[in-house]
Amino acid sequence: MKLRDFFCTKTIVPELQARDRDGVIREMVRALAEHGAIDASHADAIARDLIKREKQGSTGFGKGVAVPHVKHVHVPRMMATIGRSAHGVDFSALDRAPVYTVVMLLSSESDPDAHLAAMGKIFSHLQDDKFRRFLRQADTREKIEDLIIEADANDAEAG
Amino acid sequence: MVSQDEQTAIREVTITNAHGLHLRPVMKFVDVASRYVADIRVDKGAGTTPADGKSPMALMVLEAPKGTVLRILATGTDAVQTVEALAALIQTKFDEE
Repeated sequence: MKLRDFFCTKTIVPELQARDRDGVIREMVRALAEHGAIDASHADAIARDLIKREKQGSTGFGKGVAVPHVKHVHVPRMMATIGRSAHGVDFSALDRAPVYTVVMLLSSESDPDAHLAAMGKIFSHLQDDKFRRFLRQADTREKIEDLIIEADANDAEAG
Repeated sequence: MVSQDEQTAIREVTITNAHGLHLRPVMKFVDVASRYVADIRVDKGAGTTPADGKSPMALMVLEAPKGTVLRILATGTDAVQTVEALAALIQTKFDEE
C-alpha cells in the first residue's frame, strides 16, 4: 500500500484558516466536499462524527500531529487529506502541545483492516522526524504532495 | 546497570476487539504503559520488529487487527505488574465494546 493510493492530494489545505479543532475539522471536510471526494450533502454529518470521536479521545498523539479519522456510511472509499496550520491548533494532544499537521482519514464502514493498514502506513512515515518537520514547513499543496510522493519512493527503495 | 530487583515478564495476548489495535486503543495502551517504569516492547511474535510500548506511533505501525496475537515484553522493577495491566486492558477490549 502506498500513501498515494488513498491520499486525495487536491483536497490538501496548506494554510488552514480555522484556529480551533472543530473549525479545522470542518474546514478540511469542506475541502473534501468542494472537490467532490465526498457528497456535499453529507459533509456536515461526517464533520460532526469526526468532532464527536475527537471529544471521546483526542487523536493528537503528540509531536505536533493529529490524525482525526472516522468510518462513515457516506464515505464512498477510503481517503486521506492533510491540513497545515502555521499558528498551531489545540487538539488536547497527549503532550499538550499545539498541532500543526492534521492528517485526516475517512473510511467506508466495510473494511476495518484496510483502515488499520492505511493508519499503519501513515504512522510509519510520521515516525520519521524529518518527514514530520518537512510536513510542518510545507506551505503549498505542491510541496505537501511532493513529500507524499517522496515518502512512497523511499518506501519502494526500502523494499 | 541491572539492579537486584530487575525483572523480565512476557505475555501473549490476542486482540479481540472488532476494530483491532487502532489509534484509540493505542492511546489507552500508552496511557497505562506510561504509569510503569518498565521498558516495554510489543511485537507480533518471534522474529517480528518490536515496537516501543510507550510510543503511540510505533504501536500504530504494528498493524494489529482482530485476532492478532501480541507479545508484550517488559523489563524493569515493575515488569510483572506492567504486563498484567496491559494484558488486562487488551482482554477487556479496551472498554470499546
